Amino acid sequence: MGQICIARADLAQVLPMHLLLASDGTIRQCGATVTKMFPGRDLTGQMFFDCFTVRRPCDVGAVGDILAHQGAKLHLVVRNDRKTSLKAVAVSVDGGNGVLLNMSFGISVVDAIRDYDLNISDFSGTDLAVEMLYLIEAKSAAMAESRKLNTRLQGAKVAAEEQAFTDTLTGLKNRRAMDHVLTHFVEANEKFGLMQVDLDYFKRVNDTLGHAAGDRVLQQVAKVLLDETRKEDLVARIGGDEFVLVFHRMTDIGKLNEIAARIIQRLEEPIDYDGKPCLISASIGTAVSDGYQGITADKILMNADLALYASKNKGRACYTVFSEELSSKSIKVDHGEGFVSG
Amino acid sequence: MHGLINRSLECFLRDTYGNTVWQDVVSRANLPFDRFEAMLDYDDRLTYAVLMAASDSLSKPRETLLEDLGTYLVSNPNNESLRRLLRFGGDTYIEFLHSLDDLNGRAKLALPELELPRMTLHGGRDGNDFRLVCKGPPRGFGRVMRGVLRAMADDYGALVLLKDIDGETGCEEIAITLVQSRFSDGRDFRLAGPVGV
Repeated sequence: MGQICIARADLAQVLPMHLLLASDGTIRQCGATVTKMFPGRDLTGQMFFDCFTVRRPCDVGAVGDILAHQGAKLHLVVRNDRKTSLKAVAVSVDGGNGVLLNMSFGISVVDAIRDYDLNISDFSGTDLAVEMLYLIEAKSAAMAESRKLNTRLQGAKVAAEEQAFTDTLTGLKNRRAMDHVLTHFVEANEKFGLMQVDLDYFKRVNDTLGHAAGDRVLQQVAKVLLDETRKEDLVARIGGDEFVLVFHRMTDIGKLNEIAARIIQRLEEPIDYDGKPCLISASIGTAVSDGYQGITADKILMNADLALYASKNKGRACYTVFSEELSSKSIKVDHGEGFVSG
Repeated sequence: MHGLINRSLECFLRDTYGNTVWQDVVSRANLPFDRFEAMLDYDDRLTYAVLMAASDSLSKPRETLLEDLGTYLVSNPNNESLRRLLRFGGDTYIEFLHSLDDLNGRAKLALPELELPRMTLHGGRDGNDFRLVCKGPPRGFGRVMRGVLRAMADDYGALVLLKDIDGETGCEEIAITLVQSRFSDGRDFRLAGPVGV
């Protein structure tokens, strides 16, 4: 095999992390970066195994053992208080009278540069350590920005949900939207009719068939309510099984009662869930904006609620229109209002 | 344009001239928001609208603003991470200059979507005179590089002279004369970053 001759200083230049050992294990020379791992200690003349432990392969305890693994990857640990782990490869030099060991930090480079205060010039020009450090910092900075963005987007999502006007399950408007519309109608002196719709036997569906069935029922209810109202009316889900309908410029009690009757009739049609029929009904209370002095959104909602309560008292599946009498008697059943069988 | 560039421009205007100026720029440029996100992409037109609005608002030429942006990116403490990444280029200003050839590639390693001009360093045979050629979008980036080169010279403690030269179409060229590489102490740099990085 051909041989080359290289000056020791040049070797140190190319391999700043090398060790040159005599056959008895004495360190004859080491690279500048190795020196930095042993501050205040001259490695030259010291024994290799006093300064490093060979962790793998595990059968290495003398220079001869190192040469038995010539060319293979060795795992070393520095015998100082940092216990830095190193990777190394060894070859025989000087016709078998010495060993050249070249080392690298591998993944421990991040800790090593801090522990030994290393600079760019402590690494060989071909070593990728600096590129790796660069990547770690660049990616950390990019990741930090991304995390900030994620946090802000999360906050924005919560805020948007709070400001939303839509009930996500049914696609109907929500209470916020209803408040908004009612306030607008009252301020603009618009006439309107308002119905509180409360489902009957809905809890039974939830309890016996589960929440998925309940959700299916609510979606069907939403469809019926939209079918039975006009485009300019508002249909809102304001609670678990409570809905409010606002009929724009419609205060005709006769017409509203017709609509209420039709809604109850349609909601009593069995709703299919996974082959099983879900049976519900609804109670309705109606109030209109006519005939009030200084009407407020709260007042008309409360009146519709009183009418709804009357319907519930009548035995459910009924509709009732608010009258002053209801207000004074509060919960007395009014037999004068329409009944719907079911 | 990458959000990082837009966000840098925004932070430069905010940190240097204050929030009032920034809000004025936002309204002049008709921005639909008042903060760029570094990790999102934006239409190029927004970036140029912001630049023109800032130029109008501050009565400063766009070229001057871009150069100041470059200086800000290196010297403002808020951008320490960017200064550090540039210092990874080498131990001396000359090594840093040579590392600019790789800047585009390095940036792509970290952020594949970030588009920077290709940069080539010429000269330096006599050791003192260099020419940096920036080719490709974004337009005006050569001006930013002028500010970066100047601020990095301070960082390394080197004394340099910079001069624009007319390059071929689509290129921006800067002549760099290194007067003294150890003019002052420069700023401290250690490979080991601040704890937590």
